[in-house]
Amino acid sequence: MSGNTLTRMDLSEAVFREVGLSRNESAALVESVLQHMSDALVAGETVKISSFGTFGVRDKAARIGRNPKTGEEVPIHPRRVLTFRPSHLMKDRVAAGNKA
Amino acid sequence: MIRSELIQKIADENPHLIQRDVERIVSTIFEEIIDAMARGDRVELRGFGAFSVKKRDARTGRNPRTGEAVEVEEKCVPFFKTGKLLRDRLNAK
Repeated sequence: MSGNTLTRMDLSEAVFREVGLSRNESAALVESVLQHMSDALVAGETVKISSFGTFGVRDKAARIGRNPKTGEEVPIHPRRVLTFRPSHLMKDRVAAGNKA
Repeated sequence: MIRSELIQKIADENPHLIQRDVERIVSTIFEEIIDAMARGDRVELRGFGAFSVKKRDARTGRNPRTGEAVEVEEKCVPFFKTGKLLRDRLNAK
């Protein structure tokens, strides 16, 4: 998709505008939100943010992969991956906002 | 962890903020991400992950109950890719 990329700066700017804390404190708060979500996920918890979406952790089994360039077989170790399921509200707003 | 638990953790760490402001802060962050994607923008949060919008082509779907063919229009869907730091932390020993 074409368009801009937002970063932490834009999120803290929004918090700054909305709540009227200092820019520094707004940035620290954005950081702690992401930190708490990450910590919960690393601990294996599901993070469910109503009207936004659900982050979950899934265990992947070991399998034999292949280097697509060389065709060589390489073992892929069991690992944990993160999944995100957007809420209906997010899906609806993203679909409506990007209608052709 | 659910939204209210996240809000509580932030409130506990910031006793100088009133609960209502903590709720607004958390909502603003998630709202801003949805607004960005609704405009077709990406949101890149280094270390955590990136939210982006992907286009799904129009296709002929099928009603699983009746087997009837239905046209599904092209649409855009939200997508999340985990950041490297978080991915590594998930698999740290």
